[in-house]
Order: sequence, then C-alpha cells, then structure tokens
Amino acid sequence: MKQIIPKITFWRVVAVIIVVAGLYSTYLRFTGGLGASTNLSDEFPWGLWIGFDILVGVGLAAGGFTICAITHIFNIEKYKPLARPAILTAFLGYLLVIFGLMYDLGKPYNIWHAIIYWNPRSVMFEVAWCVMLYTTVLFLEFLPIALEKFRLKKLLAFMKKVGIPIMITGVILSTLHQSSLGSLFLIVPQKMYPLWYSGLLPVFFFISAVGAGLTMVIFEAYLSARAFNKGIEADLLSRIGLYGVIILMLGLIIKLIDFALTDKIHLLFTINNYTLLFYLEILVGTIVPFGLLIQKRIRENRRWLYASAIMVISGFLLNRLNVSITSITPGAGVSYFPSIYEISVTLMLVTLGMWAFKFIAKNFPVFASEVHFENHNLKYSEKLSEGKI
Amino acid sequence: MIKQKAILFDATLCAGCGECYNACKEANHLPETTDDFLKDHLSANTYTVVEEYGDVYTRKMCMHCVDPTCVSVCPVGAMEKTELGPVIYDGDKCLGCRYCMQACPHHIPRYEWNKVNPTVKKCIMCYDRVKNGQQTACAEACPTGATLFGDRDELIKIAKERLESDPDTYYQKIYGLEEAGGTDVLIISPVPFDQLGFAENLPKEALPTYTAKALEKIPGVVAGGGVFLAAMYWLTKRKNLIAAEEKQNNMNSTSGDEK
Ligand code: SF4
Ligand code: SF4
Repeated sequence: MKQIIPKITFWRVVAVIIVVAGLYSTYLRFTGGLGASTNLSDEFPWGLWIGFDILVGVGLAAGGFTICAITHIFNIEKYKPLARPAILTAFLGYLLVIFGLMYDLGKPYNIWHAIIYWNPRSVMFEVAWCVMLYTTVLFLEFLPIALEKFRLKKLLAFMKKVGIPIMITGVILSTLHQSSLGSLFLIVPQKMYPLWYSGLLPVFFFISAVGAGLTMVIFEAYLSARAFNKGIEADLLSRIGLYGVIILMLGLIIKLIDFALTDKIHLLFTINNYTLLFYLEILVGTIVPFGLLIQKRIRENRRWLYASAIMVISGFLLNRLNVSITSITPGAGVSYFPSIYEISVTLMLVTLGMWAFKFIAKNFPVFASEVHFENHNLKYSEKLSEGKI
Repeated sequence: MIKQKAILFDATLCAGCGECYNACKEANHLPETTDDFLKDHLSANTYTVVEEYGDVYTRKMCMHCVDPTCVSVCPVGAMEKTELGPVIYDGDKCLGCRYCMQACPHHIPRYEWNKVNPTVKKCIMCYDRVKNGQQTACAEACPTGATLFGDRDELIKIAKERLESDPDTYYQKIYGLEEAGGTDVLIISPVPFDQLGFAENLPKEALPTYTAKALEKIPGVVAGGGVFLAAMYWLTKRKNLIAAEEKQNNMNSTSGDEK
C-alpha cells in the first residue's frame, strides 16, 4: 500500500531539517569558496570532509568487497543473502564519496583531470583511479539486480558470465585503495602524532576496513529489517560479526607489535588527550566488541549484536578522524574543529545515502536472494525477519 | 646536465630591511597585505616573509626541495620540479585537493580560500627570470648580500667556507643540505634552526621515498591477488560441486542448488 504523503515522524522531520541545512551550506560552499564554508586554513588544509566523507565513507563500504569475496570467490554460499545489500551499500557509499569530493575539492570541475594528467608517483593518483574503476565495478555488480528487476534475461546471462572476473577485479581494487587511503599519510611522518603514524598505515587501514566493513553489514541488516520487515538470518549476521571483531583484534595485535618494534610503548602510558582518544578508539572499536561477540550467547542476542556493531563503527569512525585530524600537528599551532557548515554537509550526505538505500531496496530485489537454500543450518533460528527488531 | 640553481640565505647578514619582501610582491604582482612587513605571514598574497627572532632576522619561503614532496603527491602533476631547480605550479591542471599543502614538510603552499576558483600559491623562485639567466627578484634586491642566488654547488661551497672561517658566529649547520632530501634554498644562521621556526625533525631521506615503498607493492598485489583469487574461485567451486554430487548420491535428495 502506497502512501502519497509520507507520515510525519520524528526522524523524518530531523532528516528534512538536515537536508535543508545541508543545502544552505552547499550554497555557501559554491558561492563563497571553502573559506566561507569551512574552518580549514593554510595550516590545516584537510578536515572533516576528507576525514569523514572520504576515509570513513570508503572504509565502511568495504563490506561490499569482503562479502563478495566470501560468497562469489570463496564460494561460501550461505552468505549470499548478505551480498546484495552489501554491494548496494558499497555502490552508494562510493557515489557519496565522489559527491562529497565535489565539496572538498577546490576545483571540482577539474576532477576529470585525474584521467588525463598522470602522476603515478602520487598515492592520491592511485586512489583516484581505484575509486573510478571500483565505482564502475560496483555498478556492474549491482547491474544484475537491476536487470532482474526489468527482466532483461539475455543481458543478465551475459553479466553472470563475466561476473567472476569483475568480482576479482573489485576485490583487488578495494584491497589497493583501502590500504592506499592509509598510504596517503605515509608522507607526513613528522606531522603526525606517533601513536597513529606507522609505516604499516596501509596495512592497518586495510584490516580495519575489512573488520568494520563486515560489521557494517549487521548495521545495514538492522536498518533494513526495521524499514522493510525483511531480514537476514541472525545466524549469518552473528558469525559475520564474530569474524569482523576477530579481524579487528588481529589488527590491534599487529599494531601493538609495531609499537613494540618502533619503541612507542611508552606513549601508551603518557597521559594526554592523544592517548585518551587512542584508548577510546581501541576500546570502543575493538576490545569491548571483541569481548562481547566472542561470547556465543551475546552475539546471538540481536540487541547486543547491534550494539556491538554500532560500537565497532563508532570506533572505526574515531580512528579515521584521529588519523586524519587529531594526530596532525598543524603548521602554526592553529587548531581545527569543523564548522557547522562542514558538519551539516556531512550529515546531509549520510541522510541522502540512507534515503537512496531505502528507495533502491524498496524498488529492486536487493533482499531477495538469488539462492534458495533449504535445510541450511538454522539451529540458531532466531530470525530477524520477523520484523520485531 | 644543467646546474641546479639555488638561494643561499645568511641570517647573520640580514638587516631586516624588507627589500626582498617588497621585491617579491612587485615581481609577482601581489597586493599589499600589511603596514608592518615584519608581522606579515605567508599567504596567497605573500610568498616570502622576513621574521624577527630576537636580534636575528630570517626569511621564509618555499624551499624548492630537491625531490619535492608537493610534486610527488600531486595526483595530476600540477606541481613540477624544473631542471633548473624552481618548483612551479600549473593552476589549470590543479584539482584543489590540497594534498601538496598537507604533505609539504615546510608548511609552505597557501590557498586562495575565499575564491570559487582557487589556486595554490607559493614562491616559484622567479622561474621566468631564472629561465632567462637572471637572478631572483629577492636576491637582486638584497642590499647586504644576505640573499644570494647562484648554482647550488657553488652556494654550498660558499656556505661551508663561511661556517669554517667563522665558527664563533655560525651555528655549524647548513639548513637545507639534507632536510627531507635537501632543498634549493640553503640557510645558515648564528643560532640553531628551531629557534628560527624551521622544522628540525625532518628525516634525511626525501619524503617521497616513504610512499614509494608502498606504491612499489601495487604490481605484486595486483598479480598475486589476481592469481590467488582466481585459484580460490576455481578450487572452492570444484569443492562445492563435488560435495553437492556426493550429497545427491548419498542421500538422493534434491538440493535446490542454483546452477
Ligand atoms: S618546500 Fe614544500 S612547497 Fe616548496 S618544494 Fe618543498 S615540498 Fe614543495
Ligand atoms: S592542490 Fe593542486 S597542486 Fe596541490 S596536490 Fe592537489 S592538484 Fe596538485
């Protein structure tokens, strides 16, 4: 049953306010330049739009390639129901990243220059190409879903044939640029607080994106279960959550080993704001959710599962902001805090992303899995699909 | 090989007169930004400043690194290290990502924050003049010889001689000889350089080598990853097929499989 006028709910009102504020900031940004709309400065040229819209956006979209790899390349088919929502999130995530870039780039109309002017020595060049190619790949991965909807059988059959090479390309591209987002900061060893600077930044970025990307799938399932009364088996989700936190824990262990090898352990005992933020990041993002999800009873309780997913995502967010903002020592001791306009644009992007997800999920067979698997171990048969979440 | 040009700034000789500051403004057609040039800062309208630290004056400007970080990070090659030494910039190519600003170890490039069509601004070592065999505007204007322009190796020799012949006056270091791989602006001073606001914690290697190590791994990741993933696909697919067949044989039950 379609409603013509949407019901007025609290969250809808909030969303509308956010979008209106975002549009006003957009107006400021494109009429007054970055100076009128942001708190960026010569001493602090990268802020929230890089730290959140780009680094967090790309990172959280990592669920897409991880689930794709699990289901289509490693052929662990029971996770297939998770693949489509993850691909959709990734695709939207990347579109939003590109959209967000339009705000942050001083000359957004030159964005296509990355195609014709090459500087292969630049990590940013690599990121640009990966993002372009991977967005195309995500589009191709999403295409079958659209084709199914419009019943274009021939094309669909063709897409299925080329599907695997596309997926493989996608996994490689993701691996490359998830890590190269970390490599972006390799070049500023003397500007970063050492708790975050490491030669292993690309590795840390990759690991944390995989962990947080997997956990993001839980969060998506939660949202979509609320929105459509459709859900995915709790069994699958709780395992994905478990794998996610195990990966994050591994990442943390590597980080601690790296601390030991580079003589940074003492920094963990130097109490200042950096250390506190670092502890917050690893406690909220890794240690506590790991401690929770490692226990079977807790991870099979959907509320705890979601709570842990939200913790992981918050910790991930904090990590990216810590790397890109907190840890950077500005040139003249100028400090940076995002302006209300920067924040409102970011909130608007998130809201638009959720709307788009909802719209597409409603109109395309995103949650209808192509696989019909029966007698699949449903022993933890608590289903999210009951819509009671 | 063309000889790399450079600037040698000797803080012991600088009188703080501001002639270089004015000459730079004029040569680059930059608007006036302050009444007191000693209080000015680098900005999109000021490419060089004279700063006062106690009784020592120093200059700040783009250091024209030998292997410049800004050049290596720019995704579209808008920053360019010319053969002669000056690091120049092409605003038509630039995307405005500001990675050059973020990455510069000397905190140099500035931005036109309040423009809708902004460009990056910094000293370009009067490239047009240097190309024609002239010296930079600041060196030409300097009445005391504190700012000299010439071949980099010549200037290094002069600097070394000064440090050697007058060890009481000079702090025994040439700033820019090996800071982040070396720069084409060399500075000598009576006091340690951190006292003049220069970054003293820079590594000796050029910073681009830090990212080069990561970029080198890309071909390996692509090739290795491709082979690994293709192999995994093939293996796991086979395993699943065999498992499905066995299941069918054993239990003779329908599997409802997709293929
Ligand atoms: S000082 Fe900064 S802007 Fe100048 S050449 Fe070096 S890296 Fe580039
Ligand atoms: S701001 Fe322009 S010059 Fe600087 S790195 Fe980006 S594209 Fe290159």
